[in-house]
This record gives sequence, C-alpha cells and structure tokens, in this order.
Amino acid sequence: MKHIVIVVILVILLTFGTYALLQGIGLLPAQASAQAVTIDRMFNLHIMMISFLFSLIIVFMGYSIIVFRQKKGDEGFGKFFKANNKLEIIWTILPLGTVIFFSYLGAISLAETRNVEPQALNVDVTAGQWYWSFDYPDYGITSDKLYLPVDRQVKLSMTSVDVIHSFWVPEFRVKQDVLPGENLVKELRFTPTEKGEYTVRCAELCGGAHAYMNSPVIVVDDAEFTDWIDSELGNLPQDPVSKGKRLVENNGCLGCHSVDGSPSVGPTWAGLFGSENVMLDGSIKEVNEDYLHTAIVDPNFDVPEGFPAGVMPSNYADLFSEEEIQNMISFIQSLK
Amino acid sequence: MRKIWSIGLIRALIFQILGSAIGAGLLGLIRLAMGLSWKTEPALVVGGFIGAIFFMIGIGGFSGWWKMAMGEDVPEAHDVTEPEGIRRYFGFSLDHKVIGIQYGILSMVLLSVGGSLALIFRTELASSGLQILDFVQFNTLVGLHGMVLIASILMGVAAMGNYVVPLMIGAEDMAFPRLNAFSFWIAVPATVLLLSAMLFGGFETGWTAYPPLSVRGPMGIQLFFAGVYIVGWSSILGALNLIVTTLKMRVKGMKLFVMPIFAWAVLATSIISLTATQLIGLSFQLVMFERLLGMGFFTPSNGGNPILFQHLFWFYSHPAVYIFVLPGLGIISELLPVFVRKPLFGYKWVAMSSMGIALTGYLVWGHHMFTSGIEEYLRVPFMYSTLLVAVPTGVKFFSWVATLWQGKLRFPVPMLFILGAIIVFLIGGLTGPPSGTVSTDLHLHDTYYIVGHFHATMFGGFIFPIFAAIYYWYPKITGRKMNDTLGKIHFYLMTPAFLVTSFGQMQIGMLGMRRRIADYDPTLGFDTSHLIITIAGYLIGVSVLIFFINLIISAKRGEVATGNVWQSRSPEWSILPSPSPVHNYKGMPFEVVGEPYDYGLEGSNYVLPVNQTGQAD
Repeated sequence: MKHIVIVVILVILLTFGTYALLQGIGLLPAQASAQAVTIDRMFNLHIMMISFLFSLIIVFMGYSIIVFRQKKGDEGFGKFFKANNKLEIIWTILPLGTVIFFSYLGAISLAETRNVEPQALNVDVTAGQWYWSFDYPDYGITSDKLYLPVDRQVKLSMTSVDVIHSFWVPEFRVKQDVLPGENLVKELRFTPTEKGEYTVRCAELCGGAHAYMNSPVIVVDDAEFTDWIDSELGNLPQDPVSKGKRLVENNGCLGCHSVDGSPSVGPTWAGLFGSENVMLDGSIKEVNEDYLHTAIVDPNFDVPEGFPAGVMPSNYADLFSEEEIQNMISFIQSLK
Repeated sequence: MRKIWSIGLIRALIFQILGSAIGAGLLGLIRLAMGLSWKTEPALVVGGFIGAIFFMIGIGGFSGWWKMAMGEDVPEAHDVTEPEGIRRYFGFSLDHKVIGIQYGILSMVLLSVGGSLALIFRTELASSGLQILDFVQFNTLVGLHGMVLIASILMGVAAMGNYVVPLMIGAEDMAFPRLNAFSFWIAVPATVLLLSAMLFGGFETGWTAYPPLSVRGPMGIQLFFAGVYIVGWSSILGALNLIVTTLKMRVKGMKLFVMPIFAWAVLATSIISLTATQLIGLSFQLVMFERLLGMGFFTPSNGGNPILFQHLFWFYSHPAVYIFVLPGLGIISELLPVFVRKPLFGYKWVAMSSMGIALTGYLVWGHHMFTSGIEEYLRVPFMYSTLLVAVPTGVKFFSWVATLWQGKLRFPVPMLFILGAIIVFLIGGLTGPPSGTVSTDLHLHDTYYIVGHFHATMFGGFIFPIFAAIYYWYPKITGRKMNDTLGKIHFYLMTPAFLVTSFGQMQIGMLGMRRRIADYDPTLGFDTSHLIITIAGYLIGVSVLIFFINLIISAKRGEVATGNVWQSRSPEWSILPSPSPVHNYKGMPFEVVGEPYDYGLEGSNYVLPVNQTGQAD
C-alpha cells in the first residue's frame, strides 16, 4: 500500500511537470487562423493525455526498477501473482471510453475547422512541378502570391497539373493534398486571423525541387486587399478625388456619412463643401478645407447642430497620413 | 575455382547476373523481331524477375521439388546431410536454425546498409542548403532507407520466428523445411534488385511510391518495385510456414494458451503477413504495368485515380507496421518474466491483445490519408478505428508494468534493451493519437513529427527488442555469451542518442519542418536542431558498430555459456543444451506439464523430460 501511495503522488507530480515542460518549450508555430485556434485546443487535450499516460507508465517502471531490484546474492523470485481479471477489464474499458471520447472530440474539432461561410473569398489554386499559381475568379486575377484579406474565410479550389502536391501553411495548421485530374478538385477553407507574411510549402513529396515549392501568402486588411486587387488589375486610382473615394469606402466612413444627401448618423457630404452651418455653440462656420481637416482629425472640436458629439472616432490623425486626409477632403469637395 | 563454385551464395549470384542478362537479351530479341528498338526499362524488369528465378536455380532452391515432380526419391528434410561449419550458412540449408541465422545475418546486413543510407542524407541535412547530394540522390536515399529497413525488419522478424518458435514449441523443424529455405533465399535476389535501383537512375518517390510521381521519373523505381514484390513472396511464404508450424507441431500437452507468449505474437504477425502483403505487391505491380504498358490505373489524364493506389498501398502498409512491432512486443512479454523472476501478468490478455492489434490493424489504413482527399465521410470512422488500437496496446503496457511490480528485477544486457524498448515504444505509442485525430493530423501530416513518431515505434517495437533477443539467444546459437561491457556501452549510447533524434524530429516537425525535403529554409531556425539530430544519428551508428564488433568477437572469445543461462522455464533453455544440437530435441522428448511463466510457484514446472515409457520423470 505504501508503494502505491508514493507512486500515485509521483504520477501526479510528473504529469504536471511534463505538461508544463511540453507547453513551455513552444511546440507550435504562431496561431494565424480561426482553424488554428480549434486545432490547438485539440493539441492541448492531447498533450494533457500524453503527459498523464507517460507519467503513469514511467513512474511505475522507474519505481519498480529502483525499489524492486534484486539484491546481490538473492536468487529468489518476485511476489507471485499472475492475473487479475477485474483489473484487466478496468484497463480495457477505461481506455476504450477515453478513446471513444477523444474520437468524438476529434470529430467535433474537425467539423469546426470545416465550418463553411457563404461569403468566402474564392481562390482557384493550381500546383505544378514546382510552383503555385493563384486565380481569383471573382476578379479575373492570376498571381504567384496568395493575397488574402484578414478575418474573411477563403475557399481554395485546388488542382494539380502533374503529380500530387499538398497545400500547407504551418501557421494556419490545415493541410490538403492537391491532386491532378479535373474531377478531383479539392477544397480547403480557412479564415486567416492575423495579418502578416507566411509561406505555403508543398507538403507532399513531388520529386526534384519539392523542397523549394514555396510561395508567399500575404494576409492584409480589407483596404490593402482591394488596393492589391486594383493594382493587379492596373486600375489603381491616380487622382486625389478617386484615391479619397477608395479611402472613405474602405474605412467605414460611409457607415455614418451619406454621399447622396440622405440623413444618417453624421452629416451628409452631398453639397457639404462651401455650405455654412450652425455649430453646437451657436457660431456659424463655413465648411472649407481647414474645417474639414479639423473635423476629421479632431471631430469633437466643432460639432454641427443636430448631430451628437463623441460619436466619431478621434484617432484618424494616427491612422492616416496627411496625404490621405487631403485626398479624403478632395473627395468630399467633389461632392458639392 | 570449384571451391568458390561450391559456395551456394556466390554460385547463385553468378546465376542471377546471367539470368538477368538472358532475360534482358531475350526481351530485346523479341522486340527486335517485332521491329521495335531497344528499350532499357522493360529489359530491366524482365531481366530482374528472370534473374531472381535463376538465383533460386543457382542456390538449388528448386532441385528438391524438381526431383519430386520427376518422381525421384527425395529425402526427408532431417535426413539431408548438410555441410559442416560456416559453409552451411551460405547454402540452401533446410534446418530452421540455420535459416533463422541466415535471416538474422541478412537482417543485420540490411540494417547496416539502411542505417548508412540514413547517415548520408542526415549529413546533407545537418545544415540548410545543398552540400553533398542533389535532389534525385537525396530522394533515392530516403526511399531506399525506408524500404531497405522494412526488408531488414521483415528479415529480422523471420529470423526470430524461425530460430526461436520451433525450439519453444518443441517442434523438430518448421512444417515445410524446403519452403522455408525457399522463402529465405528468394529474399536475397530481391534485396539485390532493391539496392540496384541506385544504379539505374534511382527514384524520387520515397518508399511510398505514390503515383503519378512514380509513373514519371527515373526508371530505378522499377527495380524498387521488383525488389519489394519479391520480398513480399518471402514474407507470405514464411508466414504460411510459421502459422502451420505453430498450429500443428506443438509438443505434447502444449495447448494454445500455454504456449510461450512469443509464439502468439509470431502467430498474429504471420496472419497479417499472409493476408495483407498481396496488396502492396498488387499496388506496385499496377504502377509497374502503368509504366511499361501504358495502362492508366492511377493517372487521371488516362482515366485513373491516384487515391486508389493509396488505398491499396496502405491496406498493407499500415498492418505492416504491426508485422514489424508485434514480434518485438512479444519479445518484451517473453523476456520480462525471466528477468523480473515473476509471472507474466495477464497471459491470456497479453496473447489476445496481439490478436486484437492484428485485427484492428486492418481497419485503420485510412489514417494515412486524412489529408489526401479521400471522401469526407471516411475520415471520422477511420479516426475512431485508429484510436481503438490504443486499447489492446494499453493492455500490453499495463500488463508489463504489473509484471514489473514487486518483482525481483535483474539487469543483464537483454533486460536493459527490454526496458529501453518499453520506454521508446511508449513514446512512439503516445505520440500516435495526435496524428490519429483528424483535425490535429491536418497539421502533423507529412511533417517530421510523423518521422519522429514512427521511428520511435520502430525502435521500440523492433530495434530494441531484436537487440534484446540477440543478446538473449546468442548463447543458444554459439554456446557463448556476448560481452557484457560492450553490450552496456551499446545500450547507454544508443538509448539517449535515439531519444534525442526522435524528440528533435517531433519538435521541428510540429514547428513546420516537412518530410522528405533535401533542403530547408534557414529562416525557420531549424539548423541547430538538425545538426544535433545528425550528431545523435551518428552516435546510434557508432553504438550499432560496437554491437557488430561484439557479435563477431564473442563468437570465438565470449564467456562459455552452455546451460540455462538466464534460468528460464522455456524448453529451449531448460531442456536443450547450448549451442542447440542439429536435430533439436531428438533423444530428449518432453511434455508440457504446467504454465510457462509461473516463476516463483513452489514445485511447478513448465516442461518436463519424458522417459522411454512415456511417463514424466
């Protein structure tokens, strides 16, 4: 009995120690997709189970090796016991229940990683020896880099022109083989959650330069993504008014300001420039470039009558460059 | 000259070269007659197979059967007089002990070849960039490392089965001695073919040979296919023999549930070998035909489906893993009670867990294909079946631990390797479930994590146990013990070195290191880990070298050990003298009177000699 107590204590200690060690050494790359969060939760469960089972067996073994070793000159036998069906049934049923439970959790985890969002961005991926090519059918763009907007699910429809390849970005966790054959187009969905530059690496041996079959994957915010689309299409706006229009479209300005005179949370921009308005403090101000500049970078300085103060974010001076602010002003000016 | 000619192996190899040339030439002539030009690839395949048949003629593998077919008298296997001394190991011997040793030698030769191949590409991987190999060389080495060691393991398993099982169950020999010799010798030309893949352009598919990659590319792949195909014959025939021997030739009183536990493991393994090996042969044969005859089995542009190959391939290659480890786990269960001086805990459960692993092994092949694009509805059922393997495996671990508990442990070299095997196999086993649940496998598939995981299962399930087995049964073969100090150096060098490689591989794998790449991105920061893994790999190589030195010098200089060296209850120790006589138990009849592992039970015996009147003494 004394032996069992010591062993149980050691198993508990070693379990926590192993778990802390495994978590501490950093086993997984950065977590950059919604799927990675789900999958890493499953990894965590596995690591707990591994720590426990490892400790269980190792402590019993180690204890036996140290405590139950044969003394010099002792030619005798160990304690005679050879079977215990109750024990055998327990250590068959308990693991059985555990693995069924783990399979169940695994199935749920898989279902979560395969969550389908209807608004997903479509990208057709073509793999070949030894390159990746990405088509954006909704935009008519083909690129050797995979640009993705952050926080929006992407649906890759993948095919190969020769042998089997495999799409894997470690930071996104999910992986899918890419097969040749028109009827074997495989789908992979994931939602990048962290902006940054990653690399897709072919994970299925495809001969020759397999090791070098890598392409950049760049996750950007919505605005940068639209910029990239436009620059790929060769129609990135050049004049200040169009640039300003893109800025206000991509940064949510139009959520509160209409451009057609209809009422909204903030003043409409239609015919705004050059008009004179009554401010909350009773003064009358003309809307000119200076006024608009102040209204953008310090929105609570002069709030027009009929509109609440403190609604518009006041950090645009940090978010935009001076040139971008001037472009937005030019756009508003064009609406007079 | 005549003296050299009388050595079977050399004669047979000359026959093989001749046969290959004849086969290739014949095909060339036929093509010429048809008005076609010379083509190397079909000539290689035809030459390869005919060469293998010629090898068997050269070694004398068909002479007995030929005489039977001609109606001549053929002596029973035990009446055949065989050459004495070292020469008999190089010829067509019918004695299961000789064949067991032949298997063992081939296994160890292949182990050193396969291991050396690994050291070459580990050197390449020690730092990022390409230093000593080009891509095709690297891929060829990786693929051959895998397949050569698979062959080595199959040979090692057959070595243990052949040498030990008949002795353990008190059989006079294997059930079919000529078939037994045939199944060993056919493996020799097969390994020659396998290795010659390097001479004909190599191949770039790895050991899995997935089409369509294997349908294109260098023609060395054909020799690889031919080699594996023929090794498969060896495996199937050998398994058949072991099953029949175990079921029909046990000594009087040895019921199934009192036979040594190792015999159960070999039985389970043999059932898998007998029934699953065909599938890898079939899948490779189809690719062979696709390359030679343009049949579109697996290439989509010709109407084929590459996933089909993976199903066929893994239907063997997953159960194959259990072929590799079950005998090793059997060795652990067999040797543990001897060194713990206490019964094996839960004999029946341990025996049945081998069968359970063999059975579930058939239901899990899909877990190699979670990312391959199999039908979605297959992934979850395969996850359930895969994790089920943990249940019978768990029974084994718990039984081993219970066997150790309150024993009186002794630590000679075989016991060290047994304990090492349990620890390493535990690591291999525990790292399995993360790759068995689909969502986590989506990350782990085709990474170094998998490499680390299966090397741990192979070392724990085969390498450590076979070393234990060799140290343990060496006195039975030679009448001498292997050197203790060298054995301990071997163990204490190999174990930590292996753990370092395995942990290192798993860690960088999880962080993003892909399998089978000749070069890796230095920005990933894996250079140091790879260097450490390479150094540890070399240390394993050194430790195995020490083992080989020990193996050779102990045959002449080892401490004489003729009795029951380990105080075992098993008949091959308690009845049979060491080294074991030519005709096994001839003149020493015995019967089973008790249970195999009742160490410490007052007055009990497992086997007792029978006197002339048939009564137990």
